[in-house]
Amino acid sequence: MRSCELLVVGGGPAGLCAAINAAKAGAHVIVLERNPSIGGQLVKQTHMFFGSRKQHASTRGIDIVGILESEIAAMGDKIEILASTTALGIYEDGVVTAMHREDKYVKFKPQAIVVATGACEKALAFENNDLPGIYGAGAVQTLMNVYGVSVGDSVVMVGAGNIGLIVSYQLMQAGVNVKCILDAAPRIGGYLVHASKVARMGVPILTGHTVKRAIGREKLEAVEIVELDERFKEIPGTESIVETDTLCISVGLAPLTELLHMAGCKMRFVGQLGGLVPLKNDELMTSVDGLFVAGDTSGVEEASAAMVEGRIAGLCAAKKLGYVAEDFEEELSDLKAQLEALRSGPAGKHIRDGIAHTALDVEAQYV
Amino acid sequence: MRIDNHPILTFDRGEKVTIYYNGDPIPAYRGETIAAALHAAGIRVLGHSIELHRPRGFYCAIGNCSSCMMVVNGVPNVKTCITEVEDGMRVELQEGKGVIK
Repeated sequence: MRSCELLVVGGGPAGLCAAINAAKAGAHVIVLERNPSIGGQLVKQTHMFFGSRKQHASTRGIDIVGILESEIAAMGDKIEILASTTALGIYEDGVVTAMHREDKYVKFKPQAIVVATGACEKALAFENNDLPGIYGAGAVQTLMNVYGVSVGDSVVMVGAGNIGLIVSYQLMQAGVNVKCILDAAPRIGGYLVHASKVARMGVPILTGHTVKRAIGREKLEAVEIVELDERFKEIPGTESIVETDTLCISVGLAPLTELLHMAGCKMRFVGQLGGLVPLKNDELMTSVDGLFVAGDTSGVEEASAAMVEGRIAGLCAAKKLGYVAEDFEEELSDLKAQLEALRSGPAGKHIRDGIAHTALDVEAQYV
Repeated sequence: MRIDNHPILTFDRGEKVTIYYNGDPIPAYRGETIAAALHAAGIRVLGHSIELHRPRGFYCAIGNCSSCMMVVNGVPNVKTCITEVEDGMRVELQEGKGVIK
């Protein structure tokens, strides 16, 4: 068993930023990453980020990985990255177990933990939704942006949120025919800048539509789509068949919170944040002393907010260990202001509403 | 179905290797996953489900959903969406739970 100061679970944008800030404050950090390389889902994000300069706005996700890697390298042996290592459990006595590759079981006894395990894609219920050819939007990005493999000849996209719109555009960049984008909601959920980009290229965005069933024997051949009324009920007689070999599902993400449940963190279902999320204080510590959270695992947003949360969690976890950064108060309030800005305006309303339900100190209201 | 010309990305593919899908040789590149190599060769069905024997392909491609499991070098339940190819690797459709030898 290895004793360590701070253990960060997850080497994506949130986890890496947590590690960097904790190390800057003086803590020694071990990062567990289940994939062979770090970066999480940034490695497939070819679009330019929003936000401000501090969150790498106008930089592509794929390039932010390199920026974070050099920040990590600058920390020297303060940060140790253990790749191909999957955290398996957090136990009552604070022990964290993990599997390195397929066969090496390792144990850690950290003094503080940041869980930054991210999120996984939600599925959608419809007839034949398990046919090969039906893929999550993240899977489509991985295949084409990481491995340079085209997903198919044509794609029907379900979901006109930011991910659905951005991935549709990326599919067209890769030469794929995007037949249409469906969204059950009466209006487009994503930013208009993304929607107008795909609309200009001639892709119909069908709001108030969903997929009724998938058609095919061994793999997808077509989908039947249907119009919905304002109460999300199918309107009979509006069905139509769209031939396609790929259906891309982009209906949101759900936080990956297994480790938090196991650790005994107080959780609550918050629909706006994607599902069950941990309660936390304003330093991002959960109900379990010394266990911090950052990024999508504590509520689904996007990578810019995940990076800022990671910086907060790292700063505060280091403080918990006794490493109080020189400008702690100043930096914390700056980071909080950055989050506030990212969550401002109508686009951030559901996030603000959701987060209002996750504060540990308002828990009493719900008991 | 490999992307060769892309306006933003360049793909530095690794050394060319060969994997065998149910005995058939499939070209692959070191550094890519089994599922990616198979998909590039037009193979979408990776196995069949336990009860109803419905075809299975990958769904999430990041190792979360377990829809992509195949028999790799005789070992069942390998997540092919996160397992990288190796030269000479034998991958087979997984029927149901697979048999652990």
